[in-house]
Amino acid sequence: MAEVRAEMVANVWKVVAAEGEEVSDGDTLVILESMKMEIPVLAEGSGTLARLHVAEGDVVQEGDLIAVIE
Amino acid sequence: MLNSVLVANRGEIARRILATARRLGIRAVAVYSEADADLPFVAEADEAVPIGPPPPGQSYLDSGAVLAAARRTGAAAIHPGYGFLAENPGFARQVLAEGLIWVGPPPEAIEQMGDKINARNLMARVGVPVSAGTTEPVTTAAAAVAEAARIGYPVMVKAAAGGGGIGMSAVTGPDGLAAAFETARTRAERFFGDPAILLERYVERARHVEVQILGLADDRVVALGERDCSVQRRHQKVAEETPSPGVGEALRGRMLAAAVRAGEAVGYRGAGTVECLVDTDAGDFIFLEMNTRLQVEHPVTELVTGIDLVEQQFRIAAGEPVSFAPDQVRPRGHAVELRVYAEDPVRFLPSPGTITQWEEPTGPGVRVDAGYKAGNRVTTFYDPLLAKLCVHGRDRDEALARAREAVAAFRITGPRTNLPFHAELLASAEFRSGDYDTSIIARLRS
Repeated sequence: MAEVRAEMVANVWKVVAAEGEEVSDGDTLVILESMKMEIPVLAEGSGTLARLHVAEGDVVQEGDLIAVIE
Repeated sequence: MLNSVLVANRGEIARRILATARRLGIRAVAVYSEADADLPFVAEADEAVPIGPPPPGQSYLDSGAVLAAARRTGAAAIHPGYGFLAENPGFARQVLAEGLIWVGPPPEAIEQMGDKINARNLMARVGVPVSAGTTEPVTTAAAAVAEAARIGYPVMVKAAAGGGGIGMSAVTGPDGLAAAFETARTRAERFFGDPAILLERYVERARHVEVQILGLADDRVVALGERDCSVQRRHQKVAEETPSPGVGEALRGRMLAAAVRAGEAVGYRGAGTVECLVDTDAGDFIFLEMNTRLQVEHPVTELVTGIDLVEQQFRIAAGEPVSFAPDQVRPRGHAVELRVYAEDPVRFLPSPGTITQWEEPTGPGVRVDAGYKAGNRVTTFYDPLLAKLCVHGRDRDEALARAREAVAAFRITGPRTNLPFHAELLASAEFRSGDYDTSIIARLRS
């Protein structure tokens, strides 16, 4: 199981992947936006996207859980 | 001269414009969002008006709120700074329709240069060199592939209405083109409300060099030297210097003359910047785009010329002559600007937070244009620019030595900043040699 966490305070601009999907290492899961910059959040490992903890428009803090890959 | 001005911007540039206004005895009005109430520019204005919540669309981009603040305070003029409403011809027209003075170029000039396809075509007509590229908007991935084959790879894919490097990418062959095109189109639509895309030949070893121009009240256009802006990450500038170490006298002469022609072609008034790419292998240049406003990095030009560009903007807007003899401008020495961003110095990811310590460097030739002070909170709503650390020296060596000392003396705690990156840049053999191009940061990070 791999947890994907936010590296910074940001707004969730786009959710690209969906729960239950098969993802590969390096796939874009979510795109965050902060300070006029888009930051793609990538899968760290391959597997099933078991849980997605954010929705578009959410604000995440540094360290917040974004997704779990099993 | 103007008797009052409202500055429709925030942070360091609002503070910088307000400072010149106050020096000239012009009543200076600030507007601010809820996120910025404690910032220095608000305290330093003669009058400050809250215009809305933190998101730019509900404050700094809300033209109705800005105009209402101008009416309420009786401001005679509006200075837009850079970004936000600065290059919005509709807003410029609204300002003029209200009977106010617009401290900027005619709306028609903003419009002509704002569409990058139109600007390229116009420049080609008046004899300013442009790279091979599309003369019409590209609307489908298939058309992009066909155009790229005609132009030749590598190609740059970008938004016709764009800026700030958003959605831009270089593509080396047909494989990556469809994806780059879709990304550019999505972002163009989202950030600029216009999906038009253009393709142009990408110059691989290029310096990004721009020319400062001023369109005077008597219709003359003058060029005030160049700035080298090749130190970039994600197509956004991080450090600038003047003169450019990669531009000799002959090339400089041709670039300045071309920039004047560009300004004349659109009846330019006020401060503007003609951005070019210098092909370091060929020793030649092409027109990239024109920014119809005051540029972030204008201080380096001010340091070597001794000219206050914001004062000239006010004078030109008031229909007055500039404060210097246009044919006798002789830049002196060398100047460097380092953009201090709230971002980690390795991957350059945003790092907002509350500033717990803020100590600016001082000393001969050092100028700091800062938007924040200790206690301020840096939010996620706006760009990460905290301050511009600018230094002037008799020559490049002295300017770089002063820059190294100033970077070491600048203390900011709270958000992470890119000051350690600037120390690294100033210590790098490539930057010190002066022989660098727009890939310098990629090489430093590889």
